Amino acid sequence: MAGDVVIRAEGLGKKYLIGHQTEARATTLREALGRSARGLARSAGAMMKGRPLVAGDAVEEFWALKDVSFEVKRGEVVGVIGRNGAGKSTLLKILSRITEPTEGRVAIKGRVASLLEVGTGFHPELTGRENIFLNGAILGMTRAEIRRKFDEIVDFAGIEKFLDTPVKRYSSGMYVRLAFAVAAHLEPEILIVDEVLAVGDAEFQKKCLGKMQDVAGHGRTVLFVSHNMAAIDGLCDRAIILTLGKIRYIGSKTKAIELLRSDVDEKSIKLSSSRIRRAEVQSVVGETPIMGGDFRIWVELTDVDEPHLGFQFRRRWDQMPVFGFNTEMIGYKAPSNEPRAVIFEVSRTPLLAGEYSVDISLRSNGDLVEKIDSAILFEIIESDVYGTGRIPFAHSGSIFPTISVVSE
Amino acid sequence: MPAGAEPDAAADRLTVIAPGLAARNYWRDLWHYRELFAILAWRDVTVRYKQTVVGVLWALVRPLLTMIVFTVVFGRLAGLPSDGGVPYPVMVMAGMLPWFLFSTILGSASNSIVSNGNLISKVYFPRLIVPLSACAVALVDSAITFVLLVGLMLSYGVAPDWRIVFLPGFVLLAVLASVGPALILTALNIRYRDFGFIVPFIIQFGMYVSPVGFSSAVVPEEWRLLYSINPVVGVIDGFRWSLLGGDTAIHWPGFALGCLLVLALLWAGIRTFRATERTFADLI
Repeated sequence: MAGDVVIRAEGLGKKYLIGHQTEARATTLREALGRSARGLARSAGAMMKGRPLVAGDAVEEFWALKDVSFEVKRGEVVGVIGRNGAGKSTLLKILSRITEPTEGRVAIKGRVASLLEVGTGFHPELTGRENIFLNGAILGMTRAEIRRKFDEIVDFAGIEKFLDTPVKRYSSGMYVRLAFAVAAHLEPEILIVDEVLAVGDAEFQKKCLGKMQDVAGHGRTVLFVSHNMAAIDGLCDRAIILTLGKIRYIGSKTKAIELLRSDVDEKSIKLSSSRIRRAEVQSVVGETPIMGGDFRIWVELTDVDEPHLGFQFRRRWDQMPVFGFNTEMIGYKAPSNEPRAVIFEVSRTPLLAGEYSVDISLRSNGDLVEKIDSAILFEIIESDVYGTGRIPFAHSGSIFPTISVVSE
Repeated sequence: MPAGAEPDAAADRLTVIAPGLAARNYWRDLWHYRELFAILAWRDVTVRYKQTVVGVLWALVRPLLTMIVFTVVFGRLAGLPSDGGVPYPVMVMAGMLPWFLFSTILGSASNSIVSNGNLISKVYFPRLIVPLSACAVALVDSAITFVLLVGLMLSYGVAPDWRIVFLPGFVLLAVLASVGPALILTALNIRYRDFGFIVPFIIQFGMYVSPVGFSSAVVPEEWRLLYSINPVVGVIDGFRWSLLGGDTAIHWPGFALGCLLVLALLWAGIRTFRATERTFADLI
């Protein structure tokens, strides 16, 4: 590799296949059997060829990452930023070799350690001592190396007294400290870190940041993914912004952070449709809709004869449908042949924080005339909906219902 | 990237990631990760025997009770003959040793990728390590059953002869015979999670079609070759032949067929596993 470049990615792309159930439900047993037989044959074929298996009868491609090229030089600390679903995790997974790219290539020079999580492989039944060896080996350290750094790791974590206690009896703080201590003592030439700093108390986070700075200061290369702008600002030399699986910007961190902040305003996508001019989601209060808040869907129509609009809300990341409605369902009849903007309001949205996309379909006189997938992308931000300071996990589903205790 | 572009190029390991490349250096990679294999195997064994009493007790009680039931049902009630005049309980135990090795590997390996899902989705290593390390627990369990067998042989006065030297070979054969089917089941289990329910059934069914509770000598001569299509038959016969001495005999044509099938299944298993392994992280 020329010069001091230690990571060179060229045209990286990762395609996922998403299955849809498009055919109508089977009405006869024969039909059902025939269909499952076909499905089985396809799965078996795909399995033998090592292709991923997809449920559903129609398969759609989804590029989580596309045309990503960049270079990282020795000793650089590069931040990777972007919203949820922008492709950051996919990029990290490719660089850590957990998943293979669909196209493109990466050349990495030197020993790589990737930290996508603290305490990967920790076993609750094993003691702290045993877990240090286990976790170290999983992260790529040799046994000799772990033995050499053992005392240092224990010291950093501050768990001397509990070394021979199963980690299931550790407090969560101790657990995280031990896990990070092992990771911090890796000595790779290249360190790939996911948002592991989002755990632990503030003081420990500072200690971790300090340790990472140490790592960076020793001429090691760090690729650091974070939402934490302060951490990016404090640690990185350069930053890469990913948007919808593509590189939007590579360059100075200051410019990147600035760009990302202004990104939040970009809520609507300019549509190339002739009948739907514009579509966007707006928050009723504030800039971005929050969990439990109200938002409006703003659609600008040109003249359409007997228009009927339909909306399908999906989780942006996996395109999982979360809800949908159409104008007939809610009893609204838009006037014919009259250009206008229609505004719908969704009140007290029960959607969890995250990114969502909206497919819009337009019917005229009952015929489908327009269907725009992901016409709108919007984000819902976290809010303390249960008033306990504990926000429902975004990965636990897509909605949060109202829950109360009725009997004790 | 020419290799000689830099003087210190040899000191730095160059990793190239591209579609299909991981498959090319597969076996070298597997060797490179041998220490991880050892530590995962050690973890599985440690966790299994952490509650020492339960772990060891289970490894002792399960074969002991099965042996008693089989001896009563097949030996006493059905009145089947033993193998080469060896006491019936000893013969059953000698057959159970490879059978439990086989079934434990099948059971734990087929579940191993799913239960290590957290590792698979966060760290890279050749995935083959995970089901293979599950074999370690099965081997330790078998060692305990072996102690039981030695005790039984002592109390019945059955002594092995020179053929005992072949035992390690048959242990290896038993492991190889288990790994092939286990890898196929592992791959299926990741795609179809409900496949996990089928594995115990296969194991239960297999115990009755394999000569665990009886001697394969009771199978009529003209059916012996057909019976050997079950690869476990050859393994069990081999264990009895090498362990029990005396007049125990192996049906050699059947044994050869069994070995061929073991190799064929092993090849198919590794192939299926490797074909699906690249997508594990995406599926879990």
